[in-house]
This record gives sequence, structure tokens and C-alpha cells, in this order.
Amino acid sequence: MLKLKVNDIDVEVEEGTTVLQACEQAGAEIPRFCYHEKLSIAGNCRMCLVEMEKSPKPIASCAMPAAEGMVLKTNTEKVKKARKGVMEFLLANHPLDCPVCDQGGECDLQDQSMYYGIDKSRFKENKRYVPEKYMGPLIKTQMTRCIHCTRCIRFATEVAGVPELGAIGRGENMQITTYLEKAMESELSANVIDLCPVGALTSKPYVFEARPWELKKTETIDVMDAVGSNIRVDTYGWEVKRVLPRINEEINEEWISDKTRYACDGLKNQRLDTPYVKINSKLKPSSWDEAFKVVSERISITKSEKIAGFIGDMTNMETTYAAKDFFEKTIKSENLESRYEKLYINTNVRSNYLFNSSIEGIEKSDLIILIGTNPRFEATILNSRIRKNYLKNKTEIISLGDVGDLTYPYQVISNYTDTIKDIIDNKHEISEKIKKKKYPSIIFGQSVLKLKSAPYIFEEFKKYLLENNKISDDWNALNILSKNSSTVGSYDLNVLSKNSSYEIFNKLENNNFEILILFGQDNLNFEKKNEFIIYIGSHGDKGASIADVILPGATYTEQDGYFTNLEGKLQKAYKASYPPGEAKEDWQIINELSSFIKRKNLYKDKNQLIDSLINYLNLNNKNETDFEVPEYNFKSEKIITEEIDYYHSNVIARASKTMSECKNIRMSLPKTGTDN
Amino acid sequence: MSLIRFFKTVFMIDFLTGLIMAIKEIFKPKKTINYPFEKGSISPRARGEHALRRYPNGEERCIACKLCEAVCPAQAITIESSEREDGSRKTTRYDIDMLKCIYCGLCEQSCPVDAIVQGPNFEFATETREELYYNKEKLLENGDRWENILAANINADSSHR
Repeated sequence: MLKLKVNDIDVEVEEGTTVLQACEQAGAEIPRFCYHEKLSIAGNCRMCLVEMEKSPKPIASCAMPAAEGMVLKTNTEKVKKARKGVMEFLLANHPLDCPVCDQGGECDLQDQSMYYGIDKSRFKENKRYVPEKYMGPLIKTQMTRCIHCTRCIRFATEVAGVPELGAIGRGENMQITTYLEKAMESELSANVIDLCPVGALTSKPYVFEARPWELKKTETIDVMDAVGSNIRVDTYGWEVKRVLPRINEEINEEWISDKTRYACDGLKNQRLDTPYVKINSKLKPSSWDEAFKVVSERISITKSEKIAGFIGDMTNMETTYAAKDFFEKTIKSENLESRYEKLYINTNVRSNYLFNSSIEGIEKSDLIILIGTNPRFEATILNSRIRKNYLKNKTEIISLGDVGDLTYPYQVISNYTDTIKDIIDNKHEISEKIKKKKYPSIIFGQSVLKLKSAPYIFEEFKKYLLENNKISDDWNALNILSKNSSTVGSYDLNVLSKNSSYEIFNKLENNNFEILILFGQDNLNFEKKNEFIIYIGSHGDKGASIADVILPGATYTEQDGYFTNLEGKLQKAYKASYPPGEAKEDWQIINELSSFIKRKNLYKDKNQLIDSLINYLNLNNKNETDFEVPEYNFKSEKIITEEIDYYHSNVIARASKTMSECKNIRMSLPKTGTDN
Repeated sequence: MSLIRFFKTVFMIDFLTGLIMAIKEIFKPKKTINYPFEKGSISPRARGEHALRRYPNGEERCIACKLCEAVCPAQAITIESSEREDGSRKTTRYDIDMLKCIYCGLCEQSCPVDAIVQGPNFEFATETREELYYNKEKLLENGDRWENILAANINADSSHR
């Protein structure tokens, strides 16, 4: 520990911290533009100047390592004058077009020039002009405003792993550009908008839409993938204008993926806003009572075992729990399923379906093996953590099969299940590596779990890791990477039909069911024959197109709801807006439907539902579930990592114009020589 | 004292002084005006009816920065903005509820481009309340009608801004 004095306050800091961090610890505020906690140090804005004893000039505190016995002053006349000087230089070429700038009201340069700058400019010369650069459909540029902090360049090269941004020219002629003027090929690209301390990089879909002070801010969580990134939803009236990240060091640090940020315009399009009933093979708008009546009549004349329910990919836990109660108490059927295809899941212990190394823990992992997964598209934020680990420790990363560019180098090995058998039988070189390393992480994607030999792979691998002491209280090397935000929550609520067998899917394929209730489920793979399909959901997508009755529900921004992320953290999404038109919150629909069928509500109000949900989660001891591991055999198969359509992976993203635009641009990018 | 008072009472001095003053005033010009037909002079800073101005080339000045909306103490202004086809920042909606407005003039002061101004017109009483919910069209029309006076007023006041 180093001892320093900042403004006559003694502080102790760890070795390796910078002067700026030491000053922050002492409670002194240091203005800065280029310095950012999560990026490397550049030291080129010179705003963070402080005075140090025995130094003739003020020092740039962000780039200066703290040393024993330093005496620092952050609010002397000299420092104030230096800041004013720097500010004047920064503003010399800044256009001062705050009234038309989208950053206005949340601009670092605006705020800091108010606090630390002077009110006049002595710069009488012409200001420079920099032509706008094309950076894709998400980022609007106005490079004249740029102050060359290089945060965006550092983000692109370090965190996003796409060194496509850079600076050309020197001095006044310096320009930030994507060298070839094409869209950034990264799923994290839009984070540069938050990083930009001025209005040089702003959000294209949000251009001139609103001012930050007139938006209502709701802190909530994201459901686009299973990571559960913490976000802030900004609404103007009922309309969701934008989504911004919220800092959560354990999950998403400061970043969110482009889909999380920009799929929000899909909340306005293709919405189901009134109930529909199919009359003469045509869907007609109807009233709630009418739709409920049709549904309840149909359900009451059908045998309960002929009714099946499927939970969707973005359904919150309240809805899942209400659906579970609805099936258990009202319909008395066991056919409620949260999977959408035949996935092997062992629900004996909770750790069997979690990402046990945890998102934060993956940073200290010393060997990462990807089996049937492409974390870049399945969990973008997690992928950036793996990259961070790779940059810091040069960690060995191995993937079964080539899954394309993951933004870090990895070793590709044979993608047959035989490889896994060899590892388990200690015949493969990786076996030794796993044993030697202290914190190995084995990440199973859902593509493995749907294989015929999935039970063998999972159970045997788990046994192997247990034998080698890699699953302990200290470190659990076994990771399942779920793709959807509802997956883990549904498993926690045991929403799996009959011992998580595949029976329900076989029946579905053979058209054995008479009524299907889809709770926001759009991804089922089956041919519709005579089934009566009830769709409860928010968007008119695949599920609604085959439905006989549509009951319009709400999306994640329109209702409070719990979600459990892939590492098992329970988080709550808050209501930021209202469901459109006649649409209701999902749990309400189930509750009212139940009262139509049984003349009795499932719950008095939402609090009762939440109480009983939380009770269930607390009581539910996974060790006591009677899951029997089925007999399994080894089968030689190829592990094909399922390619996911990143920009169109769920109903909200599919309804989003911005996402479609991104997809088109990504598809039209010319293939380079290194692509296969 | 009582002696002076006595003489003043006897010779009606106070009465005569008043009478003389009244006779003098008869020959002076009138102080009141015949309002609807005659109008008093108005300061260039008078805060009357609102108007949205245009540039001489016909382009509307307002850039939808929303400062007036933010500063308005009565929250009488509602603005919605979007990108115009040529990429410039313009309002799609600019409403002032003239009934909510307290005519404080903060909107005019906050405007960076002198777009929203309060003109000299104070005679805009209407028969219904609805007529006093001004929209962008109405405000621009006001601006066009009063432009000469508005420009002159801003010019006259410019040295004090």
C-alpha cells in the first residue's frame, strides 16, 4: 500500500493505481475526457491536470502512477488555470452547436466547460471542419465535434475486438474514422456512443428524437439474451425511446449489446393490441370477453391430457408461474413445457443448468473449452469477458469445431462427440490440460444438449470433472450457456413436462394434442393440423400466424417481471411503459382466463402471485426432485453449433427496423480472403 | 395659523386655486386615448402574443433544441422533433397553450436562434378556449405577419442582450 496526501487528506492506495484514482479515493473530483476505467490509458485530453509537490508543471493525473509520499493538490489556482487553458483549447475547434446536438443535456464537454471552463473564447480564427464518416446504421457521426479523446478507438480495439476504428492525420488534421468507411462488424459497436464524451458519435435511430431531461428513466433488465444485462429504459410518454446500459460489475460491466440497445423500436411495430378470434379461417378482432369465452368453451370440452402449453423465450417468471398454476389447478394437465426443442436437461441440482463459473468468474479462468456454442452471438457480453480474460492472461481457448470469428484466437479441435469421449477417457491431450489447470471452464451450448448422445456427454463429463475435483465449492468448471432469458427461470420453476423427457415433443410432432397454448412461444417446430392454438404474446409473429385465438400480452418493458439470468441471478425488470391498446399484462390474461373457466381467480392480485412465486423458489430444494437420469449410450455424432440469426433472434428484434437494417448490412459485407 | 386659515376660508383661496387649475387643463392636450381606434406606444420589450420567426430565405428558425420547453415555468410549450429529409433538426410539433402561458418571456430569452419571440400584439382574445391552443402553423403565421416589427424590436433591444 502506498501513502499519499491529496488536498491535505491522507489516503492509502494499492500499488499500480494512478494519481487520478488516488484523488478519487480522497474524494477529490478530477475532470476527464479520455480516461475511462474500463479502457487503457491514453493521457491525451490533458483535462485531469493536478499539481504535485516538487513538480514544476501540473501533471496529467490519469497517466501518472501513484507513488509513495506524493503530495497532490487538486484545487489550487494553478490547477484551475491549467484546466481553463485546456478547456479553451478543446473548445477552439468545437463547433458549439449544442442546441442541435443530440448529446446536449448529457454532454461531458458541456458540463465540464460550465464547471471548469471560461465563458469567453479568444480564438478568432476559423474553426476546422471534418467531413462526416459512415459508421453503419447505428452510429451517427458529426466529426467536427470530436475532441480526439480516442475512447472509441480504444473500445473498438480492446473490448469489442474489432480494430476497425482509428485515427488518421496528426495535430489539427487528426480524424477518427473507420478506415474503409464501413459499418463496424461488432455486436458491441454502439457502446462507443455512450463512451463519446461529446456529440461526435450519437445514436442514429434516436437522432433528434428527444432530450435527456424530458425522458422518464426506468432501471430494469434486458431479456434479449440470457445474460440479463442491466439497462435503463428511457420513455417519452408511453413510447420507449432508447435503452442505455447500467453499470453492474458482476454482469455487463458498462456495456450492452447492439440488440439490447436497438431492438427497442420493435416494441412499436407488429404489436398485437386487441384480441383476435379465428372465424371462418380468418382472424377477426374481438373483445376480451368474447375471446375468453371461445377459449374457455374449447378447453372445457377437451380432455386435459390433450392440452399442452409452451413457455416462450422472453416470458417472465410471474407468467411462467401463473401458467404452471393454470395448468396444475385449472386445467389439471402436466403438459407444460419451457423448452422449444428436445434438449437434455438434468434438473436434479440447480448447477446442472447454470453457468456455474459465473460471468465475472470467467475472467479468472485459465482454460476455456467451448463445446457447441458461439458465445459471440449467444451471449455477447459474456464473449467480451472471455476476450478480456484472453487479453489479460493469454488464456488458452479451445473450441470444438470452427465457429467463426470470436474476436479472440482459439484452437479448433475435431467437432465429433468422439473427442469428448476421448477427453473423458483420458486419451486426449486436453484431458491433461483440464487436470493441470486450476480454473478450467467448460462451456456447453444448447447445440450439444440436443444431440442424441447429450445425456452421455453431459453426465459423463460431469462425472469426469467431479473425479478430477473441478466441481467444488471453490470452482465449478461445468457451464451451460442458455440462449434465452426465460430458460433458467423456467427450470427453477420446474416447468418441464414429465421428468424433462421428450414425450411432449413426440406428441406434438404426431399432432396428438387438441389445444396448444403458446405463452409467447414462436419457435416451435411442428406442422399444424387440427390443433386449436391459443397464442398469448405481444407480437404478431410465427406463433400468432398459426393461432386460432390471440390474446395480446405485454413485453418486458410493459410489465414488472422477474428473470433469472444464465448464472442463476434473480433480477427484476420494471415496468417502463404500458401495453398498447387492449393488451394486458400476461399474468392478468392467465388469471382472467382461469376465472372464466373455473369461476375463480388464481390470484387476488399481483402481490399474491409474487409472494407465492418467491415462496416456491425458496422452498424448492432441487436435491429432492425425482429426476432419473435416463439410460444413455454413446453415439458418434458431429457437433454442429447452431447458427443463430443474431439480429433476428426473437420477436422484438424481428419487428425492429434497425435490427433488419443491421442484418442486411452484415449480410452484404464483402467476404474477405480470410473468410474460409 | 388660525388667522391665515380664516382669511383663506373667507376669500375661497383653495377653491379658486382648484378652479384656475381646472381651467388651465381644459386648454392642454388630452392624456387618455380612444382605445380601439387609437393605440398607445409599446416598448420593444413588450411580451405579447408569441410568434415563430423565419430566416429571410423562408427557412424556419426553430431547431427543436427544446430549451424553451424546458425553461417554461408554466409548462405551456410542447415540442416534438425529428430529422427532416435534408438531415436538419426541425420540430414536427410546436404547441403553446396560450391559456397556461404566464407571459414571462423566458422562452424568448432562452432561444439560441431568436425563433420563438413574444411580439407586440396583445389583442388576441378569442371566443373559445380551443382557439388559444396555438400550434406550429399558427405561430409561424404570426411570425410572418409581425416579422417587420419583431425584427425591429430585436434590433432595438440588441445592445442590452
